[in-house]
Amino acid sequence: MSFTSLSRRGFLQAMGIAGTAGALTLAGCGSAPAQTEGTDSAEGGATTGAAYKLGGIGPTTGAAAIYGSACQNAIEIAVEEINAEGGAVTFEQQFEDDAHDATQSVNAFNTLKDWGMQVLVGTTTTAPAIAVSEEANKDNIFMLTPSASSTDVIGGQADADGNVTIQRKGNVFQMCFTDPNQGTASAKYIADNKLGTKIGVIYNNSDAYSTGIYNKFDEEAKSLGLDIVTVQTFTDDNATDFSVQVNACRDAGAEVVFLPIYYTPASLILTYANQIGYKPIFFGVDGMDGILSLEGFDTSLAEGVMLLTPFSADAKDDKTQAFVTAYKNKTGDTPNQFAADAYDCVYAVKAALEQGECTPDMSASEICDKLVKVFTDPTFEFSGLTGETMTWQDTGEVSKDPRAVIIQGGEYVSPENATDAASE
Amino acid sequence: MGFLENLINGVSLGSVYAIIALGYTMVYGIARMLNFAHGDVIMVGGYVSFVIASSMGLNPLFGILVAVIVCTALGITIEKVAYKPLRQSASLTVLITAIGVSYLLQNTALLIWGANPKVYTSVVAGWPQLQLFDGQLIISAETVVTICACAVIMIAMVTFIHRTKIGKAMRAVSEDPGAARLMGINVDSTISITFAIGSGLAAIAGVLLCSSYPTLMPTTGAMPGIKAFTAAVFGGIGSIPGAVLGGILLGIIEIFAKAYIGTQFSDAIVFAVLIIVLLIKPSGLLGKYVPEKV
Repeated sequence: MSFTSLSRRGFLQAMGIAGTAGALTLAGCGSAPAQTEGTDSAEGGATTGAAYKLGGIGPTTGAAAIYGSACQNAIEIAVEEINAEGGAVTFEQQFEDDAHDATQSVNAFNTLKDWGMQVLVGTTTTAPAIAVSEEANKDNIFMLTPSASSTDVIGGQADADGNVTIQRKGNVFQMCFTDPNQGTASAKYIADNKLGTKIGVIYNNSDAYSTGIYNKFDEEAKSLGLDIVTVQTFTDDNATDFSVQVNACRDAGAEVVFLPIYYTPASLILTYANQIGYKPIFFGVDGMDGILSLEGFDTSLAEGVMLLTPFSADAKDDKTQAFVTAYKNKTGDTPNQFAADAYDCVYAVKAALEQGECTPDMSASEICDKLVKVFTDPTFEFSGLTGETMTWQDTGEVSKDPRAVIIQGGEYVSPENATDAASE
Repeated sequence: MGFLENLINGVSLGSVYAIIALGYTMVYGIARMLNFAHGDVIMVGGYVSFVIASSMGLNPLFGILVAVIVCTALGITIEKVAYKPLRQSASLTVLITAIGVSYLLQNTALLIWGANPKVYTSVVAGWPQLQLFDGQLIISAETVVTICACAVIMIAMVTFIHRTKIGKAMRAVSEDPGAARLMGINVDSTISITFAIGSGLAAIAGVLLCSSYPTLMPTTGAMPGIKAFTAAVFGGIGSIPGAVLGGILLGIIEIFAKAYIGTQFSDAIVFAVLIIVLLIKPSGLLGKYVPEKV
């Protein structure tokens, strides 16, 4: 997931950080990753010498703090559970804040390296993940990101002109769908379920995540015979007034409005659409997840909104229920899909460590080679909160089934269980 | 009809910029400093009224009152702690301090209220909206209230500055702080009063901003604050009617640029217009041109 904005503050912050970054990075270079056992105890981790050192990075401050905090909490829960089991694999974990900033994220990575990190679960957001994945690739430290969904994170994907600008980073894998996959899946879902043929799109063109999904959606929609009647954009700095964009969709007669954006601007779009009495089917992707837990949001505005999401906290299976309870006990909040992805990451790493017959005294690089072998092995399957029998490809992408939900009465409902009245 | 609709949306967005710009222009006009933390005081005002009205379930009007009191106190505190000791320093120092205060407020809000955005319940929720041409044109109650509030505040401020004794002191401080001090005016307390009023206005602006565009985050005030600052410069910084005019024009230009030229360029166009205006009329639309005496 990506958050970019170059406001005055962002710029000043970037300048300030750039000043100190050089010094910090240099300082980090000299010291090799410490592999000594039983160094200082890390927060929330087991302190036995035979534990793997699991690093996490994500924004726990700043505008994207909700995502990093979710990952941090979920990683802590997963590590506590695994350590309590006392099996062959136990973890010692440390989580570093990057404030959704690429430079700070690389600094966080270096901090974790000095600490002796053997596996990285992170980073949470896209732009920092692109920077950190370069470093992780150089240092050969295994990296599994819960939620950085751009293909630039894993690399090796051809752009629209067929050129590969970023080479595949062989040790970087994703737990979430890539942005293009979400775009393709959304277009297919809309066409297969005949939600409408006239499609309006509102996306954030200052955001790599939103733009990436839109581009693939556009491609796929055209080949499926969907008619995109209008494409409207906004930027992070301009995400206040949506009257023009919504009016344009209405005037173009869009039956479905595709919103590959985060839920905060989406809530403003829904509010305005309601104000002018415009009621198309709003179709969102994983960024829409969280709209129902917005404090103070009138959930009736989201009635009938559809979204693709791999995780729903309302699912009734035992695994989800146990996780939701543990998360609520720890934080008081309902977990979002970022938390679920991060939780799955820890368990996937655990499963891979077991299958790869790793031991905690191996170096990060040895573990990395073994984990890459396991993850690219077609027989390695992992079932977690965000999907059953997930597998990974050599490209680093996960394959799991996208799931659509529809919002009814303030809850996620599977479309097949939805009552007809509300889906109109 | 599309044109009228866009015009109304433009005025609606512009009236929010205008009400924020009033606070900027007031503080700049008198204290000659750019209070970049103004946008964040707005955010605090939004949160305080949100806590009173939505979390505690009290009357929203009471929420506005508490927000005004809290923000006024906050404004006075900021001025005392961060700006007053620097009164004799270069204006750049104060500007950097203001940016520091802005970060401090944002991160404090992040600690207190968390990063999760909150949806603000409009203070005029349930009020009827104006419907024209058989409901084809809708003017929301928030827009009407914001425009009225702008007009009332503008008139009240102009009257206050031109008709009262404190207002006279403010004008004197604005013209020449040194001479004002010699005339027996307490420059420090006059500037503190200016900040108090500016921050009180910020609370009202925060409530109206969040009523019109109902998401509340620690960074909510930042971008509207910058746009409103632009509006204040556009209208002529230091001029009270200029702030309102600048705000409304900026809103209209932004919406028209989005609607007729494209959503991708709207900000570029807004700021291009600003550059053109400042090239032709360097003191802004209603600003006074004061030649520097050497």
